[in-house]
Amino acid sequence: MTLDRSKRARNTTDNTPAIVELTLSRFREFYREPEAVFWVFIFPILLAGGLGIAFRNRPAEATHIAVARGATNSPIVDSLQNSTGIVVDVLDDTAAANALRTGKVALVVTPRADGSVEYRFDDARPESRTARMVVDRAVQRAGGQQDPVPVADTKVSERGSRYIDFVVPGLLGMNLMGSGIWGIGFAIVDARKKKLLKRLIATPMSKAEYLASFLFFRLSLLVVEVASLIGFGTLVFGVPLRGSLTQLAIICVLSSLAFGGLGLLIAARPRTIEGASGLMNLVMLPMWVFSGVFFSSGNFPKAAQPFIQALPLTAVNDALRANMLQGASWGTVGGELAIIVTWLVVCFTLALRLFRWR
Amino acid sequence: MPASSTAPLALSVRGLRKAYADVVAVDALDLEVRTGECFGLLGPNGAGKTTTIEICEGLLSPDAGTVEILGMQWARDGNALRSRLGIQLQETLLSEKLTVAESVKLFRSFYPAGRSVDEVIGLVQLDEKRRARVGTLSGGQKQRLAVACALVGDPDLLFLDEPTTGLDPQSRRQLWDIIDKFRSEGGTTVLTTHYMDEAERLCDRVAIVDHGRVIALGTPRELISSLGAGHVIEFGVDGSREIDEAALLALAGVKSARLAGGSWALQVGAAHETIPVLLQTLEARGMPLTELRTHSPTLEDVFVTLTGRSLRDDA
Repeated sequence: MTLDRSKRARNTTDNTPAIVELTLSRFREFYREPEAVFWVFIFPILLAGGLGIAFRNRPAEATHIAVARGATNSPIVDSLQNSTGIVVDVLDDTAAANALRTGKVALVVTPRADGSVEYRFDDARPESRTARMVVDRAVQRAGGQQDPVPVADTKVSERGSRYIDFVVPGLLGMNLMGSGIWGIGFAIVDARKKKLLKRLIATPMSKAEYLASFLFFRLSLLVVEVASLIGFGTLVFGVPLRGSLTQLAIICVLSSLAFGGLGLLIAARPRTIEGASGLMNLVMLPMWVFSGVFFSSGNFPKAAQPFIQALPLTAVNDALRANMLQGASWGTVGGELAIIVTWLVVCFTLALRLFRWR
Repeated sequence: MPASSTAPLALSVRGLRKAYADVVAVDALDLEVRTGECFGLLGPNGAGKTTTIEICEGLLSPDAGTVEILGMQWARDGNALRSRLGIQLQETLLSEKLTVAESVKLFRSFYPAGRSVDEVIGLVQLDEKRRARVGTLSGGQKQRLAVACALVGDPDLLFLDEPTTGLDPQSRRQLWDIIDKFRSEGGTTVLTTHYMDEAERLCDRVAIVDHGRVIALGTPRELISSLGAGHVIEFGVDGSREIDEAALLALAGVKSARLAGGSWALQVGAAHETIPVLLQTLEARGMPLTELRTHSPTLEDVFVTLTGRSLRDDA
């Protein structure tokens, strides 16, 4: 006689909800991979630190010029040497020409016998044009020129207008994109390649819960990623946080979900890491270049702007900068948020339609 | 316990057909698996075993034919079915970063009811590896973990696709013990294999599959006795190829003769009647023996007789 299996006691307690176990698995897979932890948390901070130091605001540099020898007794040499911000080398004609050509000096001054002065410089070099203005002003003053209008200088260094202030929100945007696309994309393609996805759909597991576990994981990491990068920027470089934190949080969450959706879409079909990796680079490279991470996206031609403005990372970077640097109102970031939400909806819809579990 | 022929059907497959772009993998295949039996799909690689089992698992949809499992159908009762099946795929790599216990717990969380994680880990003898990462396990341990994940939902029907391929003899025996235990508790098992000894050792009934069709069905004993041969004699001589098949068939008690790999295999009624005449014949021809073996017929011999090919040719 066959045992009646249906009458055996089945254990229905002692069971964690699947969504909890799935999300826990995401965390375990992440923190047991030290390299992933480095790229997500440590690398952006190192990058921000490096860029902050490389592009820190320095005091105005002195202008290096040469005066051609043979005119050492000219009063012009004395007046130039006494001017602040001008460093004068007295050289013979050949050496002066050489120094100008190799960029050691920005301008060569040759006083002439008739009392006039010749400036030799390359008009295409900004520092040479500046040197001409500075030197000419010193020369004319020495000649007795008076300022018809009295002026007073007040020097400021505005927080929010430095390079580090520009680059920290950009790095944050780039990090949200990278961890959304890599973090979700690679994990899913890897599971497909190992036939783990196929094994999972042979169980009663809910597919929605499986995909949701990636989003829960991303959103939890997001808190740490954003807090560490912004905390670093604020504490070390005094990067301002002028906007509302609620707005900042909403921008970050929506961005993270949009990039997560993009990662899911990229990972919907490929069966190999190589295939997915190529697609990810194809998607991310234009955004690294055009979306204003390291320099303003406004530098690109006007004709390209509609395309650039539609990129999700451009919208994310603009929204982050508007919030952090300008303390923007909801109305100001509304356009960017609309672009981000559009990407989110389109990517998820397409990803779920195209997703291949085998 | 062996399933009686009146036991209700756990799995019933009718007229199954599945074609890929350039090849028909399964062609008009019928199967019936009774509740409580261990049923084997035996055949060479590419015979259509995996396609058949994956259609039964709901992972592939057939081009034609019907599949009824535990009285249910995939189109209608997919979710209810999944919670009553235990599945081990031919090649699944579980997440290497998770531990054994975490992996089993994850699979347990998918099922509304099932066995406890500790019980299943004990069943597959991985207690000492509970906290070990999956990536550090040996091939046999990984395979036992895969079976643990199949058993944790307390399935009524267990599908195992080549569960012991590539394993060492000890790991194979450990897996056989697990399958025996499952059957002794009343569970139904369907497994595919291309090892004859595995099918003979484990299975109550075997379907021999070739080119997507069932070419023989029965208990291992029935299939073997259908050959009508008491023994198989394998011998080799210098110049084996010069011997005429008809000359061998003329010897006393020889039912079939087949040349493979430079040696002949004769299915005979009784070895002690045929061997003396065989030796005389070879001596008369001046052909000294290079090898001589006899064994009881196996499922391999059944397959060879039915198809003219060896299971291992394609393996």
